[in-house]
Amino acid sequence: MAGKPKLHYTRGRGKMESIRWLLAAAGVEFEEEFIEKKEDLEKLRNDGSLLFQQVPMVEIDGMKMVQTRAILCYIAGKYNLYGKDLKERAWIDMYVEGTTDLMGMIMALPFQAADVKEKNIALITERATTRYFPVYEKALKDHGQDYLVGNKLSWADIHLLEAILMTEELKSDILSAFPLLQVSDHLISAWNVTHTFHCPALKAR
Amino acid sequence: MSGKPVLHYANTRGRMESVRWLLAAAGVEFEEKFLEKKEDLQKLKSDGSLLFQQVPMVEIDGMKLVQTRAILNYIAGKYNLYGKDLKERALIDMYVEGMADLYDIIMNHDFKPANEKEKDLANIMDKATNRYLPVFEKVLKDHGHDFLVGNKLSKADVSLLENILWLEELKPDALAKFPLLQSFKARMSNMPNIKKFLQPGSAKKPLIQEKDIPNVMAIFH
Repeated sequence: MAGKPKLHYTRGRGKMESIRWLLAAAGVEFEEEFIEKKEDLEKLRNDGSLLFQQVPMVEIDGMKMVQTRAILCYIAGKYNLYGKDLKERAWIDMYVEGTTDLMGMIMALPFQAADVKEKNIALITERATTRYFPVYEKALKDHGQDYLVGNKLSWADIHLLEAILMTEELKSDILSAFPLLQVSDHLISAWNVTHTFHCPALKAR
Repeated sequence: MSGKPVLHYANTRGRMESVRWLLAAAGVEFEEKFLEKKEDLQKLKSDGSLLFQQVPMVEIDGMKLVQTRAILNYIAGKYNLYGKDLKERALIDMYVEGMADLYDIIMNHDFKPANEKEKDLANIMDKATNRYLPVFEKVLKDHGHDFLVGNKLSKADVSLLENILWLEELKPDALAKFPLLQSFKARMSNMPNIKKFLQPGSAKKPLIQEKDIPNVMAIFH
């Protein structure tokens, strides 16, 4: 049996954070090897460990996986967080792509000049409350179940929770118009408290 | 059984072209409803047809699928172009995601202002010949098979062919250093479904013409 998955990235959230979340939600313990300086990244490249010379890279089940989505899809598939059939997977994929777009906007903020940043925060807030969150609120309202797809925890729920928490950091009352997302937020947090308890990377946010 | 898939997008490559390629490779006939002006997009939005108010959107099997990757994953899964197990899927996903990064810069090249085009093309070719193409040349070399994963056609092969052909449109000798990719291209282009798609009159879209760019931009902005 292979050892724990090993994550290669910087100490920050960046593109690796969604992977940490998904592993934690699946109850999978993992190790991290942090890239602290350029030489660390160069070493990985020279070792031939990075298919496209980029991180994130996750050592898992004998593979050196790269490309965030590929890694997330593999984890979701392996730990039954990807729906029961093609149609459920389609819905999960759609929902995850939406939250990916939203979180992508937020991830870019630290690298922007102050005036651009301010404008983008306003745009993010607008997109979150008019384009993205209404979709998930409606999904939960329409079927009345606790989880987005198939009445079962999936990658879509974990990703949404991450997006909600990230957006709340920008604007703490961002969920004020979305009562069902608020409930979902707490429900999943509670469900996962045992997992996150064992995950120092997430604890130390 | 529902009818043919219906693709909703502008009459241009953009983010829908990969979907056209994959359906064609799978031998699936489809219809297209082209957005010609802003009002067409507005109507789709008002109808509630677009989950996140965006196209591409594909009507298929009673769903209105949006988000390019979700659409491609569904088609690949349905038509057995996604490997036989999780590990093959992991490889396919890695290759496709790498190519998607390359595709993004290729796709945006046509929309660059004239004075940036040369530098942009140099960047595309640099990434293609130093980061991406060598990976796939090596994959084919290492296992000696005709296809990238599992000795069987998958969406990774379709994506690679699509990227190769577009690169060659930008620079005809793009594959000069990659003999296995050259033979891959020849083999793939000869497969019946793909051969048909490469013929004039198919759903494959040409490179966007300078004069059409303002119209396309007006739909989305």
